[in-house]
Amino acid sequence: MLASLAFWAFSGVAILSALMVVIARNPVRSVLFLILAFFSAAGLFVLLGAEFLAMLLIVVYVGAVAVLFLFVVMMLDVDFTELKQGFLEYAPLGAIVALILAIELAMIGLTWRASEQAEALRAAVMPDGVSNIEALGVILYDDYVYFFQASGLVLLVAMIGAIVLTLRHKPHVKRQSVSAQVGRRREDAVELVDVKPGQGIGE
Amino acid sequence: MSDFVAQFGVWGGFGMAVLQILGFVIVLLISLAFLLLMDRKVWAAVQMRKGPNVVGAFGLLQSFADFFKFVFKEIVVPAGADRSMYLLAPLITLILAFVTWAVVPVAPGWVIADINVGILYLFAMSSLGVYGIIIGGWASNSKYPFLGALRSAAQMVSYEVSIGFIIVTVLLFAGSMSLTHIIEAQAGGFWNWNFLAGRALIEDGWPMFIVMLPMAVIFFISALAETNRPPFDLPEAESELVAGYQVEYSSTPYLLFMVGEYLNIVLMCAMTTILFFGGWNPPFELDTSSWPYLVSSLWYFFWFAIKVVFFFFMFAMVKALVPRYRYDQLMRLGWKIFLPASLVAVAVVGAYTVYGAQG
Repeated sequence: MLASLAFWAFSGVAILSALMVVIARNPVRSVLFLILAFFSAAGLFVLLGAEFLAMLLIVVYVGAVAVLFLFVVMMLDVDFTELKQGFLEYAPLGAIVALILAIELAMIGLTWRASEQAEALRAAVMPDGVSNIEALGVILYDDYVYFFQASGLVLLVAMIGAIVLTLRHKPHVKRQSVSAQVGRRREDAVELVDVKPGQGIGE
Repeated sequence: MSDFVAQFGVWGGFGMAVLQILGFVIVLLISLAFLLLMDRKVWAAVQMRKGPNVVGAFGLLQSFADFFKFVFKEIVVPAGADRSMYLLAPLITLILAFVTWAVVPVAPGWVIADINVGILYLFAMSSLGVYGIIIGGWASNSKYPFLGALRSAAQMVSYEVSIGFIIVTVLLFAGSMSLTHIIEAQAGGFWNWNFLAGRALIEDGWPMFIVMLPMAVIFFISALAETNRPPFDLPEAESELVAGYQVEYSSTPYLLFMVGEYLNIVLMCAMTTILFFGGWNPPFELDTSSWPYLVSSLWYFFWFAIKVVFFFFMFAMVKALVPRYRYDQLMRLGWKIFLPASLVAVAVVGAYTVYGAQG
């Protein structure tokens, strides 16, 4: 009873907020609705008994990725009237694309059939006595460790690529060297000079 | 919660959980009022002032007087502000600060939801705290709040990374993500608490305190940065940004921001206690199995509370003593020092759990 109430609440909020992502006029609000959609999806994961995935969804998508989204969208100066201007011009093309997509989805939906064992398999996603964190860990780090490492390498290459693309050496930037500052002693920096009146240091 | 469902049926269990949450919230808010006073008294003592001493004996009722002052003031919404977002932001901060407490065990069995990913839940919810600040800064439609919000977003995302790795070291020690298990794994004397990791030294001969002691310190400093406390209070640096994201807030919305912020600070103290300082475990072994349930629970709760108050005192002392960091220094500390250090610590603790730990 409680679980089905929670299911309807989470899925209803997820669908409504996904809709609002598209139709909200303000891009910042769109991102915030996107976050709400992520959040409800995490709630649905909890209802399915996949609480580890739910927490990861919140930590990674809501806690980090969406913050950067929000960061970028807030910094951009978006002119809404200008964005809306081309709407009618591109509407026929957009409608054609949407129609093709709808036909394809209908074709897939009509021919798709669930396996007869699907119901039984859904009930036994995990072996008994193992929490889903342990089950995931065994699959990722024991059974498929080479694939896991390979995907890690792919991400590493992507990260290095992004750094190389954005790395610029500006010639006239003064950089702070913290170790040099900390290692500086009094003798290097301060000099006591006995200055005669009327003569100055004489440089 | 599931125990309640078995005992009272679905709706009875639901009602019991609601009652439990209400009780927890009330206790939390009242202790917060006195912790706030303690904060101000500590700064006052450091600066050789008296601090609040007019309302009630020793100023004990000062926080309640402040509360009424905030509530009776007018709510000012700046012209051009996004009104609904503007009022939503402090609510988000406050609600997120409260929901995080749902998994914090304060004594054996005294927890609202003892879920098996408790530590991840804590991490996830505390990483959401940044939204209240970003939305508040953006919705104010004003320069200083916006700058404060951007600073805060970058700062909190940076320090979350090292906090995440430090949490990994602790849960490798406990072998579980449940907060109750993490605390129970540190039972039996203060040398077993994670910051000393005595069990690793005594049973396996691995001096893990070399890694875990610095991790405890780094966690404490990251907690300062994560809660925007001095010396990392750049989102609200008054000499640069007036009051950062809070500039336009007044009366009750400001109160909600402040209560949410302080709840997060107390939560970080509780997290330090649970992860590194044994949670509810007293610093010496004592058999309480023959004690009445309530007495033994209160005994453990006493130790939990006293550790939390101690770390809150440390937070207050840091604010009183340490000058503010510059923004680039803050980023350097987070990314170039804490992140590599905690990564190395994860590797070392991982090596210990694979090659050193017995059984």
